[in-house]
Amino acid sequence: MDTLMLSRLQFAVATYFHFLFVPLTLGLSMLIAIMETIYAVRGDEEYKAMARFWGKLFLINFAMGVVTGLTLEFQFGTNWSRYSRYVGDIFGPLLAIEATVTFFLESTFIAVWAFGWNRLSPKAHAVAIWLVALASSMSAIWILIANSWMQNPVGFAMKNGRPVLNDFMAVVTQGYAILTILHTLAGAYIVAGFFVMGISAYHLLRKPQDSFFLRSFRIALIFALVFSVFEVIEGHMHGAGLALKQPAKLASLEAHWNTSANAPVYLLAIPDPENDRNSIEIGRVPGALSLLAFHTPTATVTGLKDIPRDQRPPVAPTFVSFRLMVMLGMLFLLLTATGFFLRNRLASNRLYLKVMIYAIPLPYIACALGWTVTEIGRQPWIVYGLMKTADAVSPVSSSQVAASLAAFTIVYTLLGIAAFSLIARQARKGPEAVPKVQPARQEDGV
Amino acid sequence: MIETIWFVLWGVLWAVYFMLDGFDLGLGTLMPFVAKNEAEKRIVYNSMGPFWDGNEVWLITAGGVTFAAFPGTYAVMFSSLYSPLMFILFALILRGAALEMRGKAASTGGRKLWDMCLVVGSFVPALLFGVAFANIFRGIPIDGEGIYHGSLLGLLNPYGLLGGLLFLSLFLVHGCLWLAAKSEGDLHQRAAKMSGRIWIAALVAAALFLGYSAIETNLYDNYRAMPALFIIPFLAVCTLIVVRVFIGNASWWKAWFASCAAIAAAALFGVAGLYPALFPSSMGKAYTMTIYNSSSSPLALKIMLVVALIFVPIVIIYQAWAYSLFRGKVKEQDSGYEKVY
Ligand code: HDD
Ligand code: HEM
Ligand code: HEM
Repeated sequence: MDTLMLSRLQFAVATYFHFLFVPLTLGLSMLIAIMETIYAVRGDEEYKAMARFWGKLFLINFAMGVVTGLTLEFQFGTNWSRYSRYVGDIFGPLLAIEATVTFFLESTFIAVWAFGWNRLSPKAHAVAIWLVALASSMSAIWILIANSWMQNPVGFAMKNGRPVLNDFMAVVTQGYAILTILHTLAGAYIVAGFFVMGISAYHLLRKPQDSFFLRSFRIALIFALVFSVFEVIEGHMHGAGLALKQPAKLASLEAHWNTSANAPVYLLAIPDPENDRNSIEIGRVPGALSLLAFHTPTATVTGLKDIPRDQRPPVAPTFVSFRLMVMLGMLFLLLTATGFFLRNRLASNRLYLKVMIYAIPLPYIACALGWTVTEIGRQPWIVYGLMKTADAVSPVSSSQVAASLAAFTIVYTLLGIAAFSLIARQARKGPEAVPKVQPARQEDGV
Repeated sequence: MIETIWFVLWGVLWAVYFMLDGFDLGLGTLMPFVAKNEAEKRIVYNSMGPFWDGNEVWLITAGGVTFAAFPGTYAVMFSSLYSPLMFILFALILRGAALEMRGKAASTGGRKLWDMCLVVGSFVPALLFGVAFANIFRGIPIDGEGIYHGSLLGLLNPYGLLGGLLFLSLFLVHGCLWLAAKSEGDLHQRAAKMSGRIWIAALVAAALFLGYSAIETNLYDNYRAMPALFIIPFLAVCTLIVVRVFIGNASWWKAWFASCAAIAAAALFGVAGLYPALFPSSMGKAYTMTIYNSSSSPLALKIMLVVALIFVPIVIIYQAWAYSLFRGKVKEQDSGYEKVY
């Protein structure tokens, strides 16, 4: 394999691994902040125990997010040096601002929170976790603005063959970035919601009347329900945005070959890129793609045949990933809606609880599929319409990259096993003993 | 003009990073030598626990600012130093994981494994940052395309190694002083004693490095052109001696602050000598990456300057607040409820 292929593989390993931890950090920090706020306001010790228990899992996950993020920051220089030089004027500042504005805040206040239980008042302590949650979301916003600029470059002028910043506000407020930010954050909240529901379900199966886990489950359920609804609607807008900005990606998502009005959606298709067609097409819904993309069933949607071969993304992975993500999105809606109807008799529905344990990994998979759609669907461009991925790679020897790729794979596999088994063990162990029920707590019921 | 401001900020970011992360890199390296039992090990870990991540963000920011202000340099620097940088990154991964997960390991075997990760993960960056920067001062074999023509072993030349030893010994002293200030009893005694011994090595390395730099590098050209700059190496040596005085008085916090100053001045000594180069080429002056041929547009630099002027002071205020929140000695009984894990 050449340096290019190896570097792509290495970047994929590093980003997918980073993104195993990122969504839970984003979502769980919010949930813990909510729990601890209830404690700070009401003084109910059970909510404090909740913040501590979920916080313990959070901290393991957070540390993994931190150490894997570090390598990404430097890989733009090590592996994509031509890219870095080319886009440095716009992409660089976004990354630097992210570090200055958010990473300091995040890393300082997570330590204040983790070590400060006895040093701060409950209210000040709750503020610390809110700052962590806020800073994590802000960091996601900045990095996604940077990523969105690669997807849809704006706010620049070409000078000496390089894009040079000329409108910062255009870069940070562009529509593509807003859609991506909302979609990714909502996806992260779904991950965290399912994580908390799944672990709570595990305990509820053993101790059906456990108020600690009933309450945790309900908080997470509302959270996940709201964002599952939001995600489906917003995801559709995201797809519609592509019709204008990245027609090749949209066509590839739907394996849509011939430019046509009344473009259909197929429930099932097997793309055959060799022959520019689908070898199997089942469940044709006429006009659906036109409707989704342009909000009129008769609109014309560009097909892949009208896009030069060397500018088409790989069809099969984008098409399949997109289908699966959307199906998962629907499934989350179904699961959370069911939970909502069962909310007052959760403990008696063992089947539902069991399903929710097995549902923990699904939102993670949906996120990974989403990134596959976004990043592979952008190929062959690294900066859409401006620079090809093949021109972006560093002039380093392939043996160096092969060695580092091997090291990444081994180290990340071992770390991943260590982290997830630790999280699983702590999750199974359950919370520390909750202080005896105090009279004041009786009336708010469980 | 604005390029020069960013050059100074760039140098200061690296100096602050070494000054802060230096103590936990040093202490991590020394952990098995100062801490003799489980209780002492926990105190060593807990003395770094609330700080290491906040310190490491200065590295991320230094990297980010190199990318943002001098993309040409960022591209060439990190791709030509590909392998050493990967070693540093993997080491930092192991260190971060060890610091966060060790306390939750179920078995003594698991804890031993994490302890090893901490030592390796602290030692390697402490040494390699020194090797890398000494080689940068000396010049790196890159051509006009920014392609690297050296080998990994080529970086381990005598001057590079001396730079590595200088960083390592300074960080070890820094870590000993931190632990001496944060602990009590036997652990405190051991850290205190070690700080004095390693200090001698640091002084020797510093003297040799200042001298050898005159032979191996062009750093002193700037100093000859502008003698006022000599205040920087002078301060580095003075503060290093002050460290010894405070060790003698057993004033551990003062010694630690003096050590901060010594490390920052040592880093700035090199940076001031580089100006206006950021990444000199040893294959020809024309190939050197400077603030003129590798910087971003004035608009990008201006926007970042505004961000930096607003946020860096805020960061310093809340980081200082966090340091003072956890200022006292780390006691054994703290390790229970204080930490959620
Ligand atoms: C949507 C969100 C998102 C995305 C797409 C990325 N990250 Fe990330 N990153 C986060 C969201 C995040 C976070 C939630 O803010 C983390 C996870 C855990 C944490 O500490 O912060 C984080 C941590 C984190 C850190 C460590 C910060 C610290 O020490 O406190 C670095 C250096 C990066 N990231 C860099 C990157 C780079 C270079 C990316 C691009 C490829 C990237 N991240 C993708
Ligand atoms: C904001 C954050 C991100 C940025 C700036 C970014 C940037 C890049 C860059 C520079 C490449 C290399 C060129 C290429 O092969 O396309 C790439 C590829 C890739 N990225 Fe991203 N990425 C980001 C987030 C992510 C995340 C979070 C994931 C997944 C979890 C991801 C998945 C991938 C994959 C799979 C590739 C390889 C594509 C291929 O080889 O065809 N990216 N991205
Ligand atoms: C059912 C509805 C969904 C639709 C219609 C949808 C639509 C889309 C589209 C069109 C993209 C590609 C955007 C681009 O390339 O610019 C995308 C990306 C993505 N999706 Fe979804 N999605 C849905 C559900 C989900 C769910 C449930 C999750 C996670 C829990 C998820 C996570 C992601 C992520 C992380 C990305 C990559 C980041 C981005 O570009 O926004 N999606 N989605």
